[in-house]
Amino acid sequence: MATTDTGAHTAYGEGPAYGDSPAYGRLSIAQGMVRQADYWWTAYKRTWRGGVISSFVAPLFYVLAMGVLLGGFIDVDPARLEGATSYLAFIVPGLVATHAMTLAIGETTYPVMGGIKWHKTYYAQLATPLTARDIVNAHLMFVLARVASACAVFLLVLAPFGVFATWWGPVAAFFVVVLVGMAFATVVFGISTRLRDEAAFGLVFRLGVVPMSLFSGAFFPVANLGDVLSKVAQAVPLWHGVNLTRMLCLDTLDGPVALLNVTVLVAITVAGWLWAIQGLERRLSD
Amino acid sequence: MTDATAHDPGTAHALATGSMITARDLRKSFGTFEAVKGIDVDVRRGEVFGFLGPNGAGKSSTMRMIAAVSPVTSGELRILGMDPATDGPSIRARLGVCPQEDTLDNELNVVDNLFIYGRYFGIDRATCRERAAELLEFANLTDKAKAKVEDLSGGMKRRLTIARSLINRPELLLLDEPTTGLDPQARHVLWDQLFRLKQAGVTLVVTTHYMDEAEQLCDRLVVMDKGLIAAEGSPRELIAAHSTREVAELRFGVGEHEAIADKVADLGERVEVLPDRLLVYTDDGEHVLAQVHERGLTPVATLVRRSSLEDVFLRLTGRSLVD
Repeated sequence: MATTDTGAHTAYGEGPAYGDSPAYGRLSIAQGMVRQADYWWTAYKRTWRGGVISSFVAPLFYVLAMGVLLGGFIDVDPARLEGATSYLAFIVPGLVATHAMTLAIGETTYPVMGGIKWHKTYYAQLATPLTARDIVNAHLMFVLARVASACAVFLLVLAPFGVFATWWGPVAAFFVVVLVGMAFATVVFGISTRLRDEAAFGLVFRLGVVPMSLFSGAFFPVANLGDVLSKVAQAVPLWHGVNLTRMLCLDTLDGPVALLNVTVLVAITVAGWLWAIQGLERRLSD
Repeated sequence: MTDATAHDPGTAHALATGSMITARDLRKSFGTFEAVKGIDVDVRRGEVFGFLGPNGAGKSSTMRMIAAVSPVTSGELRILGMDPATDGPSIRARLGVCPQEDTLDNELNVVDNLFIYGRYFGIDRATCRERAAELLEFANLTDKAKAKVEDLSGGMKRRLTIARSLINRPELLLLDEPTTGLDPQARHVLWDQLFRLKQAGVTLVVTTHYMDEAEQLCDRLVVMDKGLIAAEGSPRELIAAHSTREVAELRFGVGEHEAIADKVADLGERVEVLPDRLLVYTDDGEHVLAQVHERGLTPVATLVRRSSLEDVFLRLTGRSLVD
């Protein structure tokens, strides 16, 4: 062995160990994630009880209140509901997409600032062979798992209520809402790495999450906003998610529009991912 | 386990030169503020090397560069023969870092803090568990294995942080202000552990603003002030080069020190005026005291002691270490 043999370390047993770290350069993306899996699994076990309410129960309240109870008052020509046969069928795709967004943002605001500022988890991780990229990736993978599990349950629970036109529509929609989650998770992660304190999260929620939830076509067709405002609404990232999810659930897919929706969401995810890595790299090297 | 070093020219170089850390004209700036203004450092294998200086001297900025987490602004830095700009993860794989502020996970229990940290190094689960148990033993925390970190005392947290930094069996251990905030007993327990690591062959790099800590621990140290190195050597060499053998401390009434300084100036090699006392540097402190009394001066309190690194620092910078 080329190094001084530290085998005599009474304090810590035999020989140095660098795990499977490369002699030079950085870890592969997969290595980075595998090494943090135990951390995130432990973190999940510690918080899952609180997560159950926000992930699974709260959205079903929305379905019940808005879709079933409020929707009971709404009797309208399916042509004016983007092809939905009932208000419930109209609102469910919008609620799932919005839920994916809300969950993703929740997991990338306070938790990210905690890693930087309060618990300093990221600093501890960065003192190991992990890099800012690895830390971002593992955190995002955890968000993805949370969004995916919550949305899968959401879609499964609603399947028996006749709100989906085909069996494959919601399956495809599942992947779309996960993509929606990642688009917001990456961008908001990037924002969180650049904020000095948590006060600005109030703005993210009040000026970002709430207006987007309300005016991106989840609760009513954006056409109702009129010519100009509907164009504005269609420029909002969440609309692309809501629209695509709905087209899949109602079997009203419009190829070119769907392509545009996917392209926008993928582009945001990729750009947000790079921006988040850059943000964390800079923040942690201060 | 793969042997990551067998084909590693960086380590070969470091071994050949015996150098764990080499810095040449190393600088670090934050915007327009230059925290480290061009320092040269060589840390040899197996020694305890110290950065001594007051808060704001640039010690922590230097440590973060050495820990390969903070990019070098300019100059050259090699750690274990590697360049932190390109080989950060490989360097960090072989370092242990005990930061100034604890970065323990407060919501995990003690043993999980060790286990999960080991996983970041790619150490398999069984080995992580084995080592976590060994390290708890080393840190005297075995009976606290399942305790929450937030329930530990300051000294226990610090010992756990050190234990955690050893999970990858590092060749080089970086300790930033390891005993700041600890009570005297906890400091001695910790120093004992650091001695044991040194005996085991680990190279230690320590920053401190406590001169007694530097004297106790360090084979060699640099005195840092305002981003520069003011002096370098072993504690004994530094004291010999920059101070006298003894110091006579004279305390007079409030506000009298400045005026009395002139009357005793010729009694030692030099005299320092502090707000609360005069320091007369001499090789024979008792003789100075006798002469002070002969001259009819009546200090409220006197003390003769050996010179310390505190005196070295005072001489080099004109200020005391702890503000």
